[in-house]
Amino acid sequence: MKQTKWLLLVLTLVLSMFLAACSGGDSENAGEGDGNGETENENTEGENNEGGSEGDGNGEETKSDGPSGEQVLNLTEGADIPTLDPSMATDAVAFQVLGSTMEGLYRLGEKAQVKPGIAKDHEVSEDALTWTFNLREDATWSNGDPVVASDFVYAWKRAVDPETGSEYGPYMMGGVIKNATAINKGEMEVDKLGVEAVDETTLKVTLEKPIPYFESLTAFGTFLPINKKAVEEFGEDFALEAGNIYYNGPFVLSEWNHGEGWTFKKNPDYWDAETVKLEQINFKVVKDVATGVNLYETDKVDATGLSAEFVDEYRNDPNFEINPQNVLFYFKYNQEHHEALANTNARKALTMAIDKKGLVNVILNNGSLVATGDIPQDFVSHPETGEDFREINGDFLTHDKEKAKELWNKAKEELGKEEITLELLAGDSETGKNMNAYFKNQWETNLEGLTIELKQVPFKERLRLDTNMEYDIQFSGWGPDYLDPNTFLNMWVTGGGNNKMGYSSDEYDSLIEKANTEYATQPVKRFETFLEAEKVLMNDAAIGPLYQRASASVWKPYVKGVIRNPMGPDFSFKWAYINKNAE
Amino acid sequence: MARYIFQRIVYMFITMLLIATFSFFLMKLLPGSPLMMEDKLTEEQAVIIKEKYGLNDPVPVQYVNYLANLAQGDLGISFQQDNRGVTKILIERAGPSIQLGAQALIFGLAFGLLLGIFAALYHNSPIDYGSTFLAVIGKSIPSFVFAGLLQYYIGVKLGWLPVAFWEGFEYTIMPTIALAMFPIAIAARFMRTEMLEVLGSDFITTARAKGVNRLGVLFKHGLRNALIPLVTIIGPMAIALLTGNLVIENIFAIPGIGDTFVQAVMTNDFPIIMGFTLITGFLFIFIILIVDLLYGVIDPRIRLAGGEK
Repeated sequence: MKQTKWLLLVLTLVLSMFLAACSGGDSENAGEGDGNGETENENTEGENNEGGSEGDGNGEETKSDGPSGEQVLNLTEGADIPTLDPSMATDAVAFQVLGSTMEGLYRLGEKAQVKPGIAKDHEVSEDALTWTFNLREDATWSNGDPVVASDFVYAWKRAVDPETGSEYGPYMMGGVIKNATAINKGEMEVDKLGVEAVDETTLKVTLEKPIPYFESLTAFGTFLPINKKAVEEFGEDFALEAGNIYYNGPFVLSEWNHGEGWTFKKNPDYWDAETVKLEQINFKVVKDVATGVNLYETDKVDATGLSAEFVDEYRNDPNFEINPQNVLFYFKYNQEHHEALANTNARKALTMAIDKKGLVNVILNNGSLVATGDIPQDFVSHPETGEDFREINGDFLTHDKEKAKELWNKAKEELGKEEITLELLAGDSETGKNMNAYFKNQWETNLEGLTIELKQVPFKERLRLDTNMEYDIQFSGWGPDYLDPNTFLNMWVTGGGNNKMGYSSDEYDSLIEKANTEYATQPVKRFETFLEAEKVLMNDAAIGPLYQRASASVWKPYVKGVIRNPMGPDFSFKWAYINKNAE
Repeated sequence: MARYIFQRIVYMFITMLLIATFSFFLMKLLPGSPLMMEDKLTEEQAVIIKEKYGLNDPVPVQYVNYLANLAQGDLGISFQQDNRGVTKILIERAGPSIQLGAQALIFGLAFGLLLGIFAALYHNSPIDYGSTFLAVIGKSIPSFVFAGLLQYYIGVKLGWLPVAFWEGFEYTIMPTIALAMFPIAIAARFMRTEMLEVLGSDFITTARAKGVNRLGVLFKHGLRNALIPLVTIIGPMAIALLTGNLVIENIFAIPGIGDTFVQAVMTNDFPIIMGFTLITGFLFIFIILIVDLLYGVIDPRIRLAGGEK
């Protein structure tokens, strides 16, 4: 009998816990005040653990804006590192890790300014085809070897070698570095690649054609050097564990627990080690946004990304920030699949009928910006005046219901049709489905006689249909590969590998061609030609720009100097530090 | 008995072969390829890369190659995780999932069984109603809602347990409880029903009449008989718990196997998909065998090998 009573007690306890949790959920708003108080208590508790070292830091550093407190940053990442091999890296996480632990010829600094890395400077030949980089002598690998020109030669050859199976190698180097494409196809020896180590500190690169943006390209992960010894020593296991690769960047990867997280430690042998203030960065894999927010609130991490449902909660938080990215989303109108889409007025009407403000503010709600052209905001600026590309060219095809109706009626007349049915091919994610419903609704209400059929498919299936051009209208997106308008505009030339919508304009083709050949060495003329080209593209309404993606996040106020990159790794921690005085 | 087990093992082998064949061809129906930059690469570039992974061969050839490697115990290499061995990945990730699943299973069954027994003993009393209520909640509230509530109230508001991560026993408590809700509910309901039936049967009355004390009757006669139907559902439940729960793993940032599998499907990482499917399949048929053998242990009236005529 005694036993049963004891069990009864446990049962009651569990039950009451449960009820407490349930009722707590109901009164979430009412308990807000209490909640804040509790979280603050939590804060102090959390810091007590590190209190000792923090105190020391404060004592030593009296400056209020320099580094103070323990120089350790705790962050989250949405996925595990897929690879540490610069030739094989394809995704944001891998490039983030490589950007922190490796150093290429150059590195992107604040406002995407190119900063010296292993290269001190470089000379470009008269014909702009030969670039000679002068490397610094004091750079070393984490095994003590000096970083020399042949490390770059080795890495670049490896990236285009078909044996390696690199995706970014042929993509980034093909058509850029001499013979890269032919080598990748197996038509030429790997040794014929246009890169040569003249001596230990001189790297000579021969290009296929003048590439005005080559300097910023060398900051990209695929162009990082690789220590040949490491590849040979670790063989099949190269870059599969933290210790199976040598580093030459501001940090070294000291620990990597697959699926769980990893740790960067400051690299004392880095050539610019005195600039690096952070001693350690801990990354944890956190996939769930709500979990990230809970960890942030309990001071386990110093920053976390926010999804739309959390944006409203944090919008007025002083630590809330929105970072516009350069990823552009738009409609592709397939001119070969439906006669209506071969009509310019119809394409214009379709684009202008959509209220993009409503889209970014209500449906996306994460700080995304309305797109008004083929080049995103704050991506590239005029080489002389510094004015933003978007600002110079202005807004195209903005929302205008009346104009859209007018153009639509004109298009129907030209086509001799009253009823038109179009298919929208788009993604099947939750947000994607909301967007698709929104598009359908806007189109069908604003444009008379239009019926939209939604075809919502997984990403890979959408790509297949895109390649086969089996769609009418497609919701699509593009992230830039290098800091140059060409990365977006080159897509739409006649027969281009990513065109796949039957757009063809002689005027447009010749402008892009000119920008990449005749004006390749004249930055201003080139830039202006791109401006011209975008106008042609937009006047043809070849694509319907929708929005430019942004990411919302919260950062603890004591995290300073983290640079947000428009390209390659999302963040640069080389100049980052912790300032606990700022609290 | 030995003959029976041998026979079952042969069947297991055939089943595995069928699973491997079906999942291989089904998997090949997935649209797209494992390439990450499919949208950017030209077809020619894609073909060059696929060559390295043998993806340009006709599917039947790939199938034969796969089986040949499998026969040597080689599950292949992951496409997405830079050629890391599939076996290694599965072992690395299975650890946390198995630990969590086992804890949830043990805790859930033990607690659920007790709950069911007491509900049956105190039939139509507040304890019975309370346990029914708990079981209904446990079954109807999805585990991720429960996990979210636990994380927010116990982790953030009260600060009693760590919010997430996988760094020690205290980190496993909340995910275990969240995962255990379902087994608790199922075990409690089953146990209550079976117990009521068993307690009302003649042999219990006989046992009581012979002077066996109440607890003795309960555990020696009641429990044993009531367990039989439960054993049937424990098998599938154990599989579901041990092979990782995507949602719970994501909410508590646990480096388990559930998420690995979903990611593999999303990115067409064929070797991982195959490896996971085969191992899950193997576990399944293995546990079914164990369950069948257990019947005999629990209730000697059940004969496994054909009758003794």
